[in-house]
Amino acid sequence: MTTVPQGSSIPATGPVTLLIATRKGAWLLKGDRGRRSWAIEGPVLLGHIVHHIVLDPRDQGTLLMAARTGHLGPTVFRSTDDGKTWTEASAPPAFAKAPAGQTGRVVDHVFWLTPGHPSQPDVWYAGTSPQGLFRSEDGGETWQSVAGFNDHPLRPQWTGGEQDGTPDGPKLHSILIDPRDAHHLYLGMSSGGVFESVDQGHDWTPLNAGCRADFLPNLFPEYGHDPHRVLLHPCEPDILYQQNHCGIYRMDRTEGTWVRIGEHMPKEIGDIGFPLVLHPRDPHTVWVFPMDGTEVWPRVSPGGKPAAYVTRDAGRTWQRLDRGLPSSQAWFTVKRQAMTADAHEPLGLYFGTTSGEVWASPNEGAEWSCIARHLPEIYAVEATESAR
Amino acid sequence: MRVYVPTPLRSYTGQQADVEAEGATVGELLADLDRRYPGMRFRMIDEQDAIRPHVRIFVNGEQVWGLEAPLRPSDEVQILQALSGG
Repeated sequence: MTTVPQGSSIPATGPVTLLIATRKGAWLLKGDRGRRSWAIEGPVLLGHIVHHIVLDPRDQGTLLMAARTGHLGPTVFRSTDDGKTWTEASAPPAFAKAPAGQTGRVVDHVFWLTPGHPSQPDVWYAGTSPQGLFRSEDGGETWQSVAGFNDHPLRPQWTGGEQDGTPDGPKLHSILIDPRDAHHLYLGMSSGGVFESVDQGHDWTPLNAGCRADFLPNLFPEYGHDPHRVLLHPCEPDILYQQNHCGIYRMDRTEGTWVRIGEHMPKEIGDIGFPLVLHPRDPHTVWVFPMDGTEVWPRVSPGGKPAAYVTRDAGRTWQRLDRGLPSSQAWFTVKRQAMTADAHEPLGLYFGTTSGEVWASPNEGAEWSCIARHLPEIYAVEATESAR
Repeated sequence: MRVYVPTPLRSYTGQQADVEAEGATVGELLADLDRRYPGMRFRMIDEQDAIRPHVRIFVNGEQVWGLEAPLRPSDEVQILQALSGG
């Protein structure tokens, strides 16, 4: 299994494999070269709660999986044979033991995995619930706490209390690495906001100017926001996008302020959702998958009519993409890690639903088809592909 | 002493339900289990040395609540999975 490096300007042409993480195990969906026929393999670790599976784009072979079970604590598994066998980390992510008499933090689950910079081939980062940042320097075998974040004196203020988290626990996610500089990192926290480090995680600063927090008395605080998914464009790393609890935003780092591009979405749909997908070769093209964020926050497809939306002009205009999707009475949700793209031309889009379906579009969302159903609740979908 | 291992942890013990381990306390016993079956302890005990919410440990049929609980060589230890999931 191989992958096309992020930021490549050359489209991929090889077969695509989707890495499907679910509440009750993992599956692989293997496509043909035309991305029209799909074969499912699995389950892997049936019954384990799998939050993320990621292929290392640097060695194009190592897979890491964040998992736990209902009874057992969190861990990370590693495979170097295309997912046939998995070996557990000998030192999974864990907070430091608290001094006697003090209450320490406990990792409930590993939520997010990010391979390190290409210049650091064995480095990985992990984000956890509750919000914690961990780093491996040996390909995921052992994990160390990133003390610059986890022990930062302002971290308790940034992250808030247990009530400030998402329903299944507050999370650290969207760990991003500037392709120009291994020391330049971003992360997102639900809750907490977007944060930046320019010294490889030794110190962090909030990066939330311009972003709303409708659930706080101060609508534009320095931190405490709820980014659902944050991405930087691999070809233009000064362009950031986020799907936030309070809308869709874009930031040009030369301007330094989040701009709510979701205000141009249709009013009856709104700009609330979880996933966000960028075009790997076009920094102006973004896909989202809106959900109902009105009243009690049903977190379902608005009106029971699921659709993706795309902008090709950096958020000035949006187009609905629902051909092939259910036209009524479809109430699924797409979680923040459960929508992704391949690097073909035209690009393929994929999403997994809370009701266990995987949908694919080989033409950038113009038409959709269901390529797997009856899986458990899907938490994450990642696309890997053979090199061009 | 004899230790009963529940199904979620048997991937560590080669699918054995009953294993042998030693220790004068539950904490020492679990440390010995982790030496024999690496990685097993962290799945049961968190980084603050607390028994995880859905794991239960019984000594001679009586539940113990912490790692300091004493053990004798003749004791029987059961590690059980509490009700969980859905």
